[in-house]
Amino acid sequence: MAKKIILCRCEDVTLSDLEHTVAQGYCDIEEVKRYTGFGTGPCQGKECLGPIALQLARLTGAPPASLRPFTSRPPLSPTPLRLLANDPAAHRFADDPAAPAAPAAPAAPAASADAAATGGVPSKGS
Amino acid sequence: MQPGSELDSPGDGSPPSTLSSSILTHTGPVPERAELVIVGGGIMGLSIAYHLAKAGLSDVVVLERGYLAEGASGRNGGGVRQQWSTEINIRLMRDSVELCRRFATELGVNVWFRQGGYLFLARNAKEVARLSRNIELQNRCGVPTQMIDPVAANQIVPELCLDGVVAAAYNPTDGILFPWPFLWGYARGAVSRGVKVCTQAQVTGIEHTDRGFAVHTPRGTVHARRVVNACGAWSAQLARMLGVELPTWPIRHEICSSEPLKPFLRPMVSELTSGLYFSQSMRGEIVGGVTVPGHGSTLHVGSTLEFLATYARRLVRLAPILGDIKVLRQWAGPYDCSPDGNPILGAPRGLPDFFLACGFVGHGFMMAPIVGKLYAEWLGGAPAHEIFSRYALDRFSHAPAAAHEKEDFNIG
Repeated sequence: MAKKIILCRCEDVTLSDLEHTVAQGYCDIEEVKRYTGFGTGPCQGKECLGPIALQLARLTGAPPASLRPFTSRPPLSPTPLRLLANDPAAHRFADDPAAPAAPAAPAAPAASADAAATGGVPSKGS
Repeated sequence: MQPGSELDSPGDGSPPSTLSSSILTHTGPVPERAELVIVGGGIMGLSIAYHLAKAGLSDVVVLERGYLAEGASGRNGGGVRQQWSTEINIRLMRDSVELCRRFATELGVNVWFRQGGYLFLARNAKEVARLSRNIELQNRCGVPTQMIDPVAANQIVPELCLDGVVAAAYNPTDGILFPWPFLWGYARGAVSRGVKVCTQAQVTGIEHTDRGFAVHTPRGTVHARRVVNACGAWSAQLARMLGVELPTWPIRHEICSSEPLKPFLRPMVSELTSGLYFSQSMRGEIVGGVTVPGHGSTLHVGSTLEFLATYARRLVRLAPILGDIKVLRQWAGPYDCSPDGNPILGAPRGLPDFFLACGFVGHGFMMAPIVGKLYAEWLGGAPAHEIFSRYALDRFSHAPAAAHEKEDFNIG
């Protein structure tokens, strides 16, 4: 029966999947999200978080008030890349046709402070 | 089949004994004693634990501060490549890829490992020179990377708009995997052999005692003869508890995922100019990131519009067909950066039973299979592999910075 009760429609997570997950020791709602994939589809948990939390409380005996929702991820709703690509917040690399013509803007104060804090060693993020 | 689905039985002949029992403990007291405590339940700590247990050394406790996959191991893009810039890293990753290939059979967990290759795009002569130098080294190490022209690159990924791209490096044996089940596989493999994995057990202090270490957590204290620091971006904090200063610093790296698409993209694609990288997961999503310059050292893992817009701008320019694809979610994880771009391993001077496994600059996940195996062999009594002297902490104090072999291919 539990195999036919669907808790997350986007990712086809059933009650039986949740029972199995809890039996493995994954009881944190963030762990359950990762183990089952619930909440990672188009609705991003807007539909399934409540039902999953309710069943998780039942299965683990945790007081419902102790369960917190998983971290919500931007964007608020699915957003086309093309819309984002034209957002002024985008960093323009030197080869970008719309890059500023002048010399690159000075580093942000926060970056300088951090460079000092790490002995002036540049970040290796790239 | 869902990632992480247990296959019928692990390939090593052991019974899938933990299927119906919990593999983690997240409440109750931690064990009072162990031969070895591994601090950090990410991929590095779990790989070391699994390989130790497999060799029969299972008196091991893994302490994870939060939930499994909470740190960078649960937040990365799953790339596994051999295109590196130093011989030692190329050889390490060649062996790591081999371990990834065997993972599902050995651990009985589906990790969706797929060798679709890595395609690095160069937009100027300087980038081409960098790739050429690396390819020569990679070929010498048996990695079949080739320099190809844009026409050949378009044959591999016809959807790319390669205006301005002058050449590309392509290695068909690089790949991607789904990171989460990799952690579950190692955790289950370790626990079924006797290792204890304790989540929600943040280390709040360590003391050096006459018989080893006392490792304190809110769930109690573990006494151990040896301790491994596998805390990723939190490694420097842990080392400081024992008076060891690490020259590492955390930075935030952001990443995002799209709605799922029918499989079309074989390799991971990356452009050197922007640090853009993207691949298609076995779930069909386009997963990728970009280097957003100018952010400083932080352990904060929040998300920014600047990242998402920058990623979208670079991606849509390179693959215009993706313009109408929707981003479903973005997140971030911390890199543990080191001054020469290489990891920090081995025991610091004066603390021979405190072992470091940190400073992987965002590439610890792909290195963990081989580093965990080599670490376990050494901790189990075998002679130390050369990585433990090459990547020792004292290289930063005993040799001038110019003498360090630098890894310059930490892309994305």
